[in-house]
Amino acid sequence: MAKLVRKLTKSNEFYLLLVIIAVSIVIQLRSGQFFSANNLVDLANAMVVPGIFAVGAFMVLVAGGIDVSFPALASLSVYATTRVLVDAGYTGGVWLPFLMVIVVGAILGAFNGLFTSRFVVPVLIITLGTASVFSGVMQGVFKSVQIPNLPQGMSDFGRSTLFVATNPESGLTSNMPVAFLILVAVVAVAFVVMRYTTFGRGLYAIGGDESAAARAGFKVRKIKFWLFVIVGIIASLAGLVRTSMMDQMHPTNLLGMELMVIAAVVLGGASITGGTGTLTGTMLGTLLIVIVQNSMILVGIPTFWQGFALGTLILVGTGISAVQLTRSRKRAPALVQG
Amino acid sequence: MVDNVIAVRDIGKAFAGVQALDGITLEIAPGEIHCLAGENGSGKSTLIKVMSGVHAPDTGTIELNGKTFSKLSPIEAISNGVQVIYQDFSVFPNLTVMENLALNAELAAHRTFVSWKRMRAVAEEAIAKINFTIDLDEKVGQLSVAQKQLVAISRALMSDAKLIIMDEPTTALTKREVDALFAIILDLKARGIATLFVSHKLDEVFEISERFTIIRNGKSVITCLPEELDHATFSHHMTGREFDDDHFVPEHVSEEPILETRGLGVDGAFADVDLTLRKGEILGITGLLGSGRTELALSLFGSKPADSGKILINGEVVEVGSVRAAIAHGIGYVPEDRLTEGLFLERSISSNIVISEIDSFVSKFGALDQRKADAEGQRWVDELKIATPNPANPVNTLSGGNQQRIVLAKWLATHPKILILNGPTVGVDIGSKHDIHRILRTLASEGLGVIIISDDIPEVIQNCNRVMAMNAGRIVAEIDPRTTTESELAELMSKDPSTIDGKG
Repeated sequence: MAKLVRKLTKSNEFYLLLVIIAVSIVIQLRSGQFFSANNLVDLANAMVVPGIFAVGAFMVLVAGGIDVSFPALASLSVYATTRVLVDAGYTGGVWLPFLMVIVVGAILGAFNGLFTSRFVVPVLIITLGTASVFSGVMQGVFKSVQIPNLPQGMSDFGRSTLFVATNPESGLTSNMPVAFLILVAVVAVAFVVMRYTTFGRGLYAIGGDESAAARAGFKVRKIKFWLFVIVGIIASLAGLVRTSMMDQMHPTNLLGMELMVIAAVVLGGASITGGTGTLTGTMLGTLLIVIVQNSMILVGIPTFWQGFALGTLILVGTGISAVQLTRSRKRAPALVQG
Repeated sequence: MVDNVIAVRDIGKAFAGVQALDGITLEIAPGEIHCLAGENGSGKSTLIKVMSGVHAPDTGTIELNGKTFSKLSPIEAISNGVQVIYQDFSVFPNLTVMENLALNAELAAHRTFVSWKRMRAVAEEAIAKINFTIDLDEKVGQLSVAQKQLVAISRALMSDAKLIIMDEPTTALTKREVDALFAIILDLKARGIATLFVSHKLDEVFEISERFTIIRNGKSVITCLPEELDHATFSHHMTGREFDDDHFVPEHVSEEPILETRGLGVDGAFADVDLTLRKGEILGITGLLGSGRTELALSLFGSKPADSGKILINGEVVEVGSVRAAIAHGIGYVPEDRLTEGLFLERSISSNIVISEIDSFVSKFGALDQRKADAEGQRWVDELKIATPNPANPVNTLSGGNQQRIVLAKWLATHPKILILNGPTVGVDIGSKHDIHRILRTLASEGLGVIIISDDIPEVIQNCNRVMAMNAGRIVAEIDPRTTTESELAELMSKDPSTIDGKG
C-alpha cells in the first residue's frame, strides 16, 4: 500500500488528475454547469479529434521525435478521399471512406517514415518539410476548395449519436457521437501496442537510447518506418471524424492543431526527449486542455484569454516535471562525485 | 585442443576509405579470460562490433559454434552466445531494471507480444545468477554506475552466453567495484564462460588476463601469455614507441611557496588540509573516490568555496570564493570529467581552446577578432600536438587523449601560475597519457606549480615529486615517491578511516 502511494505521488498522471479535479470544481462552483450531463457529453465530444491525434503524437514523442505533420497529413488524405468520392457520386456507406483514408494515410505516413528512418535528421525538421509538401499537394494538385456536401455515408456517420444528454435546468441537449467509439478503439489498440508488443516496447527503447536499442536487436529503422505508417493512419482517422462531424470538408480547418495536441501530450507527462510517458497521461493532458478550452465560456471568461490560459498550463505543467527532474539529479550530484 | 568459442580470421573493415581493421585474427577458448588491448583508434571497438554483428566485415570470416559466417547480424551473434557489455552499458535509462533485463530475451525469441509476468520471472532469474539484489521496478537511470554495470552483466548472462565481451569495463569504477567485477569474471570462468576484456589499464589487464592480443592501427601485433610481457614491452606493442619508467625530478623549485592552505575544510567533504606547493613542483594528491580529493580540488578552484581555513597565494591570504576569483589569482583547473565539465563538444577545437581567454580577442568595439582567435587556436594545436586535420573540426571528432589536451590548452592559454589537474588521464590511452605527462613535466620545469589529483597510483608515483594521500577527508600521509612503492601508497589510501586518528 505504501509502495502504491509512493508510486502515485511520483507519477505525473496523479498530479494531472488532481489539477483536473481542482479545475472542474472551480468551474462547477463558478457556473454550476460543469457536472451537468450535457456539459460532460460536450467535453467527450470535443475530446474525440484532439484525443485521436494525441495518440499518434504520443507514439512519435515516445520514440524521441516531434511530429508536426499530422494535421496536414490528415487534411490531405481526407481531402483526397472526399474529392474522389464526391466526384464519383458515391452514395454508399461510411466503410469506403474509412478504408480509403486508412490507405492514403498509410501511404503518406510511409513517406514520413521513409525519411525519418533513413536520415539522421530530427523528426521535427523532416515533418516540418513533409507538412508543407502535404498541404502543397492538397492545394496545388487537388486545387483544394471547401466541399460543402459530403458523401451521404460520411454525413450520416457524422450525425449518428450514441445517446442524447439533456440538461434538466436549461433544457439544452448534447449528442454523444458514435465517433467517440473510434477514440476509444484507437486508445485501446494503442494501449495494447505500447504496453504488450515488442514493437511498442521498442518505441520506448528507441526513445531511451537508440543505439542501445539497435544493439539489443531491435530493428530500429523498420520500427520507425512502421511507426509513421501507423501514425499516418491514426491522423487520417481523426481527420475523417472531424470532417464527418462538421458535415463539410474544409481543407485548412485542421492546420494549426499540432501545437495544441503536442502540448496536451507533453502536459500528460511525455518527455520531449523521448522514452517516457503513458497513454493515460496523454488522455488526461488532452482532457485538461479541452476542459480549459470549453469551460472558460461557462465561467464567463472572454475567449481571447484561452491562449493565455493554455500557455500558462503548459508552462506550469512542464515546469513541474522539470523541477522533479532537477531534484532527482540533485540527489546524485554531477560535479562532485563521492 | 578444445574448440574455440569464437574465432575471427583475417578480418578487414574500412570506413570511408580508412582501414579500421586489417587482417585481424583472434581466437578465444571456452572459459578463457582474454585481454584485447590497443590504443584509442587502434580498431578495438570496431573489432568488437564485428564480433557482435553490429558491423559486417569487408573481408574475413567469423567462426562461431562450429559455423562459419562472413557476416553476423546482432541477433545471430546473441543466439550464438556472444554478448557485449559496452562502455555505456547500452541500458535504457527510461525503462525499469526488469525490462532492461528481459527485453533482449523477448526479442531473441522473436515475440510479437511481451508478457510482463514472464519478463519479471526472467529478470529475477537473471539477477539471481550473480547474486545481485536490486528493485526490479526501479528505473535504470536512477542507478549508480556499478549497479548499471551489474544490470548489463546480468542481462548478458541470461541468454546462455558463451563469451562476454567487456568494453573498458573499469573506467568509471572504484577499486572496490573493480575487485567485485573481477570476482564475477572469475566466477564466469568457473562456469566455462569466456571473457574478452578490453582495456588499456595496465595493472588491471595483468591482474586478470590469461592471454593477450594487442592490436595497433587495425593490425594484430601479438598474441601471447602474460608471462611473455612486462609493462614496458606491453606499452611498446601498443604504441610502437619506447617508454622509460623514470621518476620526475623537479629542476628549479622556488624557495617561497606559490600556494599554501592552512586548515582548509569543506563541511562534509574534507577538513584540516595543510599543503604547500612551490613553483616547479608537481604535487600529487591521491585518494579513493569519496576521500575528498575532488572536493579539495574544487575548493582550490573556487567552485566549492572552503568553509574553514585559509588559502595563501605567494604568501598572501586570498579569498577564492568563485571560479572567476581563482582564475584571477592564476589558478587553472582541468576537471575530472572533461566531457561534462570542460568542453563544448559540438564546438570547434579552436573555439574551445580560446574560450577561456576570449576577452583578449575582443576589439574595443566589442567585436570578436576571429582571425586572431583562430591563430591562437592553431598555435596551441601545434604546441600540444593535437592530432587533427583542422582546428575548425568539432571537439567530439577527437579521441579522449586529444580532448584532454584541449582542456589543457584551454587553461594554459590563460597563463596560469598554478595548474590543478583532476584525473588528467582518465580514459586516455597509453600513448596520449605519456604525452600529457611529458607536457606536465615541461610545464613544471618552466616554473608552473602543478597539482595532480588522481587515483592512478603509478601516475602520481612517476610524475610527482611529492605525494599526499587523502583518506576520509583528511591528508593522512605525505610520501616521497622515489622511496615509496605503489602497494604502500595503495594501503595508505584504502586503510579503514576509523583506525586513523587525526592526521597521520
